Amino acid sequence: MSAERVTTVVVGAGHAGLAASRFLTGRSIDHVVLERGEVANSWRRERWDSLRLLTPNWLNRLPGLPYTGPDPDGYLTSGEVVSLVEHFAAVNRAPVRTGTELTSLSRTDDGYHLVTGAGEIHARSVVLASGACNVPVTPAFAAAVPSPVRQLTPFTYRNPGQVPAGGVLVVGASATGVQIAAELQRSGRQVILSTGEHVRLPRLHRDRDVLWWMDASGVWDQRYDEVDDLTRARRLPSPQLVGGPKRETLDLNALTELGVELVGRWAAVRQESALFSGGLRNVCALADLKMNRLLTGFNQWAGITSPAEEIAPTRVPARTRLKLDLSSGEIGTIIWATGFRPDYRWLGVPVLDEKGRLRHEGGVVADSPGLYALGLPLLRRRRSTFLNGIEDDARFVVDHLAGRLPGGSEPAGRQ
Amino acid sequence: MTTIDNGVNVQALLDAREVLKGAPEAAQFTWRANSKWTKGVHSTTTIEKFFGLGQEQTHKNETEFASDHPAVFAAEDNGITPIEYLLVGLAGCLTAGVASVAQNRGIQLRSVEATVEGNHDIRGILGADSDVRNGYNDIKVTFHIDADASKEEIEALVAQSQKRSAVFDALTNPTDVTVEVA
Repeated sequence: MSAERVTTVVVGAGHAGLAASRFLTGRSIDHVVLERGEVANSWRRERWDSLRLLTPNWLNRLPGLPYTGPDPDGYLTSGEVVSLVEHFAAVNRAPVRTGTELTSLSRTDDGYHLVTGAGEIHARSVVLASGACNVPVTPAFAAAVPSPVRQLTPFTYRNPGQVPAGGVLVVGASATGVQIAAELQRSGRQVILSTGEHVRLPRLHRDRDVLWWMDASGVWDQRYDEVDDLTRARRLPSPQLVGGPKRETLDLNALTELGVELVGRWAAVRQESALFSGGLRNVCALADLKMNRLLTGFNQWAGITSPAEEIAPTRVPARTRLKLDLSSGEIGTIIWATGFRPDYRWLGVPVLDEKGRLRHEGGVVADSPGLYALGLPLLRRRRSTFLNGIEDDARFVVDHLAGRLPGGSEPAGRQ
Repeated sequence: MTTIDNGVNVQALLDAREVLKGAPEAAQFTWRANSKWTKGVHSTTTIEKFFGLGQEQTHKNETEFASDHPAVFAAEDNGITPIEYLLVGLAGCLTAGVASVAQNRGIQLRSVEATVEGNHDIRGILGADSDVRNGYNDIKVTFHIDADASKEEIEALVAQSQKRSAVFDALTNPTDVTVEVA
């Protein structure tokens, strides 16, 4: 059976793949969007129940789809994100093939050969938009946790009702970790939160959403080639934010108020005990300093000299526990909020670095002409990490892709 | 603009970072110490050679360190207590970090002094109470820094220095230690 031929294949029908499709359609470049499940699949299946976007509604603009609803300052639930992305797919009439899993992608003389569950495709170019959070990452010592302790990841955790009574150890203090820690503590369980380096932010700064400041002040416009330490910036944990009608701050002080116990970064398991770092005070000091520097920068940008409301430094307990006996029954469940990684098992092109990360220059995979990426953290700008960053990124990538096709960068329609 | 000089060759360190990113094997160092019992709780440790950048290396001079215990431990006090060497290491490492970070950030230092205090309940090592650990219960470092910088910038120097400190990490995180009889 000969392979189907298309000019471009887009892998993944989330907001990134669909944005690529919109610009490809705009240039009349024939393409298909392969989707292993349904449109916005990970938002349907790989999120806990209470999750809302960190960005307010007015900041969730997609190409051609500004927010026009009644609640610009609200935050979408996962289900509402699914509706938004479905609507985006529909208005653009994106050629999505759902239920079509990609099993391998390899190079040929003039493009790429893709094997899917529904046949083989040959394409001149491929846009990888399969997401940055396909697999939860857990440390190797998770295997040494004694078996009566139940282990969940953000993919398997749904809500507190699913967690047995008793103590819970939440590992990681990004948005995921602090949100899950807060709802479990509110549900009546004692939560211990293991905290390494983290990003502290208030929900509001001078009565505006802190992400308004990120957007307006130009922080989010900083380009990948202007960032001091790009590797570090790309793997920065998500900020300690939660979207909700109360627009409340969910930093470590808020969790301490709720009764959550803070411990340092989980370093090792020895004889069925978890050993935590004694360096919690320093990671909190670093996060406080960085937050204050950011907010001071916002004030300077706005030309405001009047003092803002003072934010209390993170209160670190005088003594934090360095050891926790995992076999004592104090902890019944561990939730690993220790980050995610993309899944590139099907990628048969040598474009990953030694850590398994895709090597790309602002979305262009330089080592493999015709291969592109979208929807990764800080792909081209700090904004790229968020929904509203996709417009410029997808336009750039599709322009570059079109420039390589026969006929150069001419708008399409000509053979 | 006046150039600042804390005496740290930051460029060499930044260059090394770039080179070693692509050569992880050259980044593997082994630090070595050799000790010899003298008498009682007094021993002498010498340090001269180490391994790094793919080959044997030698310090400019061999250094000798005497370990003993003070008179209140019924010892002769021929040198500092072994656990005090941890304070030497921590102070030396954090101070080196402050100087390096300051150089990298263009901050001129005039003086950097640190007081390091480790609180130690010796009932642990004496076996007087099995619930008491042998090592420090906690350590407190207080820096006094005079520099051309704001208080916040100085706090950031100290925080960044801890973030990149070998000894701070070795003390705050567990390390796998093997002790054998040859």
